[in-house]
Amino acid sequence: MPVKVVIPTPLRQYTGKKDSVEVEAKTVGEALAGLTSRYSDLRKHLYNEEGKLRSFVNVYVNDEDIRFLQKDQTPLTETDVISIVPSIAGGSMIRCICS
Amino acid sequence: MAIQLNTEQLEKIHSHGEREYPNECCGMLLGRADGDSKEVSEVVPLKNLRLDSARAQELLPLEDPGRESEKNRFLIDPLEQLRVEREARTRGLDVLGYYHSHPDHPARPSNYDREHAWPWYSYVILSVERGKAAEMTSWVLSEDRLRFDPEPLKL
Repeated sequence: MPVKVVIPTPLRQYTGKKDSVEVEAKTVGEALAGLTSRYSDLRKHLYNEEGKLRSFVNVYVNDEDIRFLQKDQTPLTETDVISIVPSIAGGSMIRCICS
Repeated sequence: MAIQLNTEQLEKIHSHGEREYPNECCGMLLGRADGDSKEVSEVVPLKNLRLDSARAQELLPLEDPGRESEKNRFLIDPLEQLRVEREARTRGLDVLGYYHSHPDHPARPSNYDREHAWPWYSYVILSVERGKAAEMTSWVLSEDRLRFDPEPLKL
């Protein structure tokens, strides 16, 4: 079953400039696996070294955060739209890491 | 890449930073990207979700709540972001980046900023010293995620 994944602007450089991608999936986990196997350069911006979703990467099915649904196991229907939203977080600290 | 703002937009970020002092302010930059330049058309101030610490902890827990607070951390509600982004897309605008303030700290990205960033976006930082807007800089995360490179900020 094809579902739509909306690609945020900074990640479109890894999806051949596409702003949305259709993948075959029954769950959110399958959709993300399908997406990152097709566009492998996306992987490091979504997953950490242990292969887990980075803590600041939020995945929404329509308007629902998958953290409060069934996470990776969240089932999908054909009309569902998956959005990847970075938590925009930050703040001042002592150490500067700029170049 | 360079990011372009007009005086009115600059003023809007300055006054947001001063209004929220000594807390951090944050917001979104909407506009159009064309080749090597990003042109801001709207500055959208957003709420610092760290002020609602219970909800913020649920979304992105602080590692050291004793030392970290709304004074040195900010978090934007991802659902609010999603809504602003969707609405912007219907008008042909993209999210070009985000801004936040560093109260009484230099306008330089921290290690915490880097760990919570994606390439391409502009991360604009405004230093607010003793309540007054001071230096403003813009940064872009490198492809390998290891450092922030300065990005020219044009007026």
